Amino acid sequence: MALLKDKVALITGGGSGIGRATALIFAREGARLVLADLNRQGAEETAAMAEKAGAQAIAIQCDVLKAAAVEDLVNQTIKQFGRLDCAFNNAGVAGDLARTAESTEECWDFVVGIDLKAVWLCMKYEIAQMLKQKSGAIVNTASIAGLGANPLGIAYCASKHGVLGLTRTAAVEYARIPIRVNAVCPGVTQTPMVDAGIAKRPKMRQTFEKIHPMGRLGRPEEIGEAVAWLSSDAASFVTGIPLPVDGGFTAI
Amino acid sequence: MRLADKVALITGAGSGMGKAAALLFAAEGAAVAAVDIDEAAAVEVAREITGNRGKAFGMRADVSNPADAQRMVEETVKRFGKLNVLYNNAGIEGEANLTANFSLEGWEKVIGVNLRGVFLGMKYAIPEMIKAGGGSIINTSSTAGLSGVRGGCAYAASKHGVIGLTKTAALEYARRNIRVNAICPGPIATPLLERIAGFQKSREVTVQSMGANTPAGRPGAPEEIAKVALFLASDEASYANGGVFAIDGGQTAS
Repeated sequence: MALLKDKVALITGGGSGIGRATALIFAREGARLVLADLNRQGAEETAAMAEKAGAQAIAIQCDVLKAAAVEDLVNQTIKQFGRLDCAFNNAGVAGDLARTAESTEECWDFVVGIDLKAVWLCMKYEIAQMLKQKSGAIVNTASIAGLGANPLGIAYCASKHGVLGLTRTAAVEYARIPIRVNAVCPGVTQTPMVDAGIAKRPKMRQTFEKIHPMGRLGRPEEIGEAVAWLSSDAASFVTGIPLPVDGGFTAI
Repeated sequence: MRLADKVALITGAGSGMGKAAALLFAAEGAAVAAVDIDEAAAVEVAREITGNRGKAFGMRADVSNPADAQRMVEETVKRFGKLNVLYNNAGIEGEANLTANFSLEGWEKVIGVNLRGVFLGMKYAIPEMIKAGGGSIINTSSTAGLSGVRGGCAYAASKHGVIGLTKTAALEYARRNIRVNAICPGPIATPLLERIAGFQKSREVTVQSMGANTPAGRPGAPEEIAKVALFLASDEASYANGGVFAIDGGQTAS
């Protein structure tokens, strides 16, 4: 039995990395997909890959920082598929590498905007729809940086901690509906975002490998498997949790 | 005197926990910059300190405004010659609405003061602390930094975020002898908690009844938080860094 059979799932940041890998796992598990990304081409590529895997999928370009755009994204999902069962709020950015005193206000506002405010905006409109259906499952992408320090990335760390605050709050607010709200906390994962960081500082790859007890980076699909489970009815009594998928990082 | 010769900047010093800390830090020998968005309240706290032969001045700052954050640090250094302690304590509760009903303006306001304000305070204070050979930063998080809060998505997001800020800055500057810690107060009898109690539709909800729900069976007093802040500010806490201290009458243990 497919884990997400006939579920309608919305994925932001669906054009690459963890979003794309998760989309393909959702497709395998029988979901119908709306793939949102600022990068239209990336979203369209993922949609084509999902269709090739036998799923229905549409791509929508969306700037998740804009409330009207997010509202429209949910509306388009309903127009296309009639409902919204699962939402994976995954779009995110890393920001510049700098210590706190050298971090700029511009970088702060950019990172907190996309990594924190946009997650709230997505939840705000997704929940409004899920309340009409009296059910739903939301997964937010936090990070191991939501559970501990993140030197040289204070805005990212503050945002990802904040995502857990949002996750726990919405989980208790809507538990009786029930709308379940959880977070996945990936370790350092082999994605274009991380590759971009490593390209700037090649030595970081070894550091990243070393900080995980498993001695390697995560693969995007390893995150996607956890998201698929959290999104599915198999996790029907799970809400408000941060689920680390991190090769043991938070165990030490 | 546990803070002899130290210079401390306290935001939100005009009332509640900030005021209690300003009075206590001054009594322990610190020169205190009492900063608040309510200028009259800040000046009054400073007057109370100087009336007791302590050193202090009061000034207005909106901590979410970068120019104000920079100015409060500059003014402190201008008046007292250095900065050793920053207590990022200013905070607001914001509106009480479920996540799907929370307003965009309400979101910006809470994140601006409670999260961006803490970042900006650290950003401008840290260079001064490096010049001074080290320092101690105390950030006010909350039990809402550790768990969810019905009707307070922005508040919980901001207070969780403060813990992220605290841990990251703690690691970045550990070798510069700057310690950064967070306090997570439970229900403390302050004007802010009175306003939160006022949100509840039922008239039975009061500061007392909110405190009664903790294992301690009562709300905390602002002075009980100030004493923890004093410890973290002082050299007694020289090995405490990146810590998250729940001071909540047992609330988060339950």
